[in-house]
Amino acid sequence: MKAVNRLGSGARTDSAKTINFTYNGKPLQGVAGDTLASALLANGVNLVGRSFKYSRPRGIVGHGAEEPNAIMQIGSGAGTVPNLKATQVELYEGLEAASVNGWPSVNFDLMAITGWFGRLMPPGFYYKTFMYPAKLWMTYEHFIRKAAGLGSSPVQNDPDSYDKLNQHCDVLVIGAGPAGLTAAREAARAGARVIIADEQSEFGGSLLASTDIIDGLPATEWLDAIVAELQGFANVQTLPRSTAFGYYDHNFVGILERRSDHLGLTAKTGARQRLHRVRAKQVVLAAGAFERPLVFAHNDIPGVMQASSVSTYVNRYGVAPGNDLLLFTTNDNAYQTAIDWHNAGRTVVAVVDSRLNPTGERVAAVTALGIQVMAGHGVIEAQGGKRVKRALVAQLNAEGTQVIGPVTKIACDLIASSGGWSPAVHLSSHTGAKPQWDASIVGFRPGKSQQQERSVGACGGTYTLRGCFEEGASAGAQAAMLAGFGDDSLMFPVPEVLDIQEQPQQALFLVPHTKSTSRAPSQFVDLQLDVSASGIELAVREGLESVEHIKRYTAMGFGTDQGKLGNINGMAILANALGQSIAETGTTIFRPSYTPTTFGAIAGRDVGELFDAERYTAVHRWHVEQGAMFEDVGQWKRPWYFPKQGETMQEAVDRECLAVRSSVGILDASTLGKIDIQGPDAAEFITRMYTNSYLKLAPGKCRYGVMLKEDGMIFDDGVCACLAENHYLMFTTTGGAAAVMAWLELWKQTEWPDLQVYFTSVTDHWSTATITGPNARKVLAKVCDDLDLSADSFQFMDWREGTVAGAKARVFRISFTGELSYEINVPAHYGRHVWEALMEAGEEFDITAYGTESMHVLRAEKGFIIVGQDTDGSMTPADMNMDWVVNKNKAFSFIGKRSLERSDSVRENRKQLVGLKTLDGAEVIPEGSQIVFDSKQQIPMSMQGHVTSSYYSANMGHSIALAVVKGGHSRLGQTVYCPLANGRTIAAEIVSSVFYDPQGERQHVE
Amino acid sequence: MLLIHCPHCREDREEEEFHYSGEAHIVRPLEPENLSDEEWGDYLFFRKNPRGIHHEMWHHTAGCGRYFYATRNTVSYQILETYMVGEKPQHTADSAGASQ
Ligand SMILES: [Zn+2]
Repeated sequence: MKAVNRLGSGARTDSAKTINFTYNGKPLQGVAGDTLASALLANGVNLVGRSFKYSRPRGIVGHGAEEPNAIMQIGSGAGTVPNLKATQVELYEGLEAASVNGWPSVNFDLMAITGWFGRLMPPGFYYKTFMYPAKLWMTYEHFIRKAAGLGSSPVQNDPDSYDKLNQHCDVLVIGAGPAGLTAAREAARAGARVIIADEQSEFGGSLLASTDIIDGLPATEWLDAIVAELQGFANVQTLPRSTAFGYYDHNFVGILERRSDHLGLTAKTGARQRLHRVRAKQVVLAAGAFERPLVFAHNDIPGVMQASSVSTYVNRYGVAPGNDLLLFTTNDNAYQTAIDWHNAGRTVVAVVDSRLNPTGERVAAVTALGIQVMAGHGVIEAQGGKRVKRALVAQLNAEGTQVIGPVTKIACDLIASSGGWSPAVHLSSHTGAKPQWDASIVGFRPGKSQQQERSVGACGGTYTLRGCFEEGASAGAQAAMLAGFGDDSLMFPVPEVLDIQEQPQQALFLVPHTKSTSRAPSQFVDLQLDVSASGIELAVREGLESVEHIKRYTAMGFGTDQGKLGNINGMAILANALGQSIAETGTTIFRPSYTPTTFGAIAGRDVGELFDAERYTAVHRWHVEQGAMFEDVGQWKRPWYFPKQGETMQEAVDRECLAVRSSVGILDASTLGKIDIQGPDAAEFITRMYTNSYLKLAPGKCRYGVMLKEDGMIFDDGVCACLAENHYLMFTTTGGAAAVMAWLELWKQTEWPDLQVYFTSVTDHWSTATITGPNARKVLAKVCDDLDLSADSFQFMDWREGTVAGAKARVFRISFTGELSYEINVPAHYGRHVWEALMEAGEEFDITAYGTESMHVLRAEKGFIIVGQDTDGSMTPADMNMDWVVNKNKAFSFIGKRSLERSDSVRENRKQLVGLKTLDGAEVIPEGSQIVFDSKQQIPMSMQGHVTSSYYSANMGHSIALAVVKGGHSRLGQTVYCPLANGRTIAAEIVSSVFYDPQGERQHVE
Repeated sequence: MLLIHCPHCREDREEEEFHYSGEAHIVRPLEPENLSDEEWGDYLFFRKNPRGIHHEMWHHTAGCGRYFYATRNTVSYQILETYMVGEKPQHTADSAGASQ
């Protein structure tokens, strides 16, 4: 198929190299160097979508990140990418593109025909709909989402990989146009490490489409030379296709580099994208500016484009997106578009200039080409259906606020508009710098720098080529000097360019119509979200005043283009409606991301197996070999239960629990936190941290302790053993180990630096096998012959150093099951050996490996709490019925002690730990269930507590639960109810939290 | 993301190595039992949360494991200094006010 609008090769395209692609299933051809947008325009495709609310036809407007309409779904399957701007998609062989706006198709639009829908969606539609009627919203939302076409995400896993690079540099230059290039060159020459990034496929910015002569060379040739020069520096990293999307604290900038998106859907080699996390000493922002469209009636009809975009398509891509151009401008700069169009051999039907008497050099050049210039006029309306057919032009008053002459119809198929330029202040705005209105450039300049950055060139409001070169060069030298390189003097002559004399532009944000704004055909401000001038005025009439509120009410700037085109016009229209100046009204704050950033790049390699570190015990492989199911506890992988062939989880847990109480079980307890504590003040320190005292704990003895936060609430618990004089081993919960370590260090370092005490985490140094059950001693005796294990000699809460299966061991006689138990600690690298020796020794007793689930059931049978499960940071020891662990007579007011006397800590009716026994013993209450006293009470019911632990206990023959209930300790025997989400209610009796062996006789095995 | 100078390591390190640990210079009362509930509650719960200069405690969790203090501007996020526990800050809200 012939590409009707292809002029030939542009400055950056090669028409000899064709590239095949499809658009909405139709095969088309572009050429090397094309973007999807330029290729579509070359093929005469301009209608690319339907608008968000009114379903109006929309065409390509811009040529970069500002594009509001040409939103595409690229590819299909796992690698498909939604919501890309066609202006930023480089063409590759086989590219599949589909428009996302427009359902069922862009050319046949159901909603435009029915036409009723837009009327229902005035500004504030979302707010009004959310408010009332709430139920209708669900219906609307489905319809709106489908109709607006937000693109579709892939449903398969992403086949690509992504990298994150942490980088440091002296000078980071963002933007590689004339200002950025000269800045980078000066900084590089001074010796600074420079990174220069630009979002486009190649460096150059405005130079890529420029017809200027620089240092006697065509702009694009000069560009090639300076890019080569930069690449020759060893201390310069050049990053094309790299968007700086966020500027964060302390000069930290996020840059997304697209490595292979231009080659195909998925990367053939290496990572598809890289996230550069750059910490820069100095930053030069040279991000350019966006041309501001003019707001006139039906300015959204396909064929209305940005003047600079028309020039870019002609000069850079060799594409003329139409035949008969009408240029509408408020400034001299845009006249270049008429010159470019004329030189492309197409017709300029007229230049309409809102100014009364334009006489700049470019104006003269256009007049000399015989092109009609209509000064003091404006395009008040575009007409046409799916393509511009004509412009309505009328004389305006000098201020540009009123139509004062008759309306003339001028036939054309392309209207290029330019209302001046708006600096891209986005990144400087991310730092908290508030953009400042400057009437002299009719735009917001970057606010006062909050970080080590400066804006140069167009993003600072300087638009002449000479000005960009000068500012860029001196900023590069200055940034290098501040980073410690050079003396702030320029090393290169500023490039020579021809100065073109220009006249001031006119500020024109809303072109008047013969009808009032509310009655004129829609004058669009934000094309992507269908926000019109009359919508902004309506919002003001409805009482909104703040620019931030108007933004949310009208949704202006909320699209994927973030209002890059529309925002300034919108704010100016708002200011006018409020009777304020633009400076008074201010602008909304730009926040990251500048353009959408893929989740893949943000995640990088932290996916799948590498999502989080996994910690394994020394016995882990054995567990795997035995077919254990695992549970995550913190980063630890702990065996959850060990199912035998065909067993359900409940069957396995029942078997494990019965084995422990009838013979012997073995648990891998290596994950418990272990902190080695030494120093002359160790006992004093530990006594300050726990609720009980350790001053008289003798070597060879252990004690169970509870640790409180200063507010008196339980924070952690565990056993602490005295290893020797001034030497202790503190056990913590598995999940709390790191927090306890930091807690100890906090008090030692900040409050009691004088205490001589030292902490060392030894969790990973030891492997712990807990053998528990009436036969535990017999098992241990078979593999340990240097310890007197007799009940009189090795008592409950004693520990001994001995040899177990040939390994030096610390054996602790402590119990979390209520049975006779030995926790055998050996150096981690002997862990599996000792474990297997114990299994072999225990074979005659049918020793049974059990996991965390059985551990939970067994301890719940005994009413032993698990911190973090039965407590939640609002429980005191008394609430847990554990006053016995609190020694209130210690000399030092231990951490949390004073809080136990606070009025709230001693108040009646606190939630207290109790046991629950369901009336139907087979019924297991779901953990987390709420508890009520009156099952008949109307909703909302008075919630009196909740279930913290709940299991079926094979040893008891019925279910058991632990719960915290208001005033629970005085409610034994009462019946409570757990209303479930499904409407059922479970009744249970409040009982003691100790279900099994309340006298604690089980561990006295002779 | 902040770049924090650990005064123990004497290096600038990324924020992700550190944990924020609350307001600095909160001294535990020597005799808690002699305080009223209200006085004890002030110590426990009430913090300054200023707009501007703030003295904070940080923990170099993934580094040296030590605590230190930082003077940070809560508006600009600029860290004016980091210093050892037991030392006094060079920058305070008063000195910042006087210098402006
Ligand atoms: Zn450190």
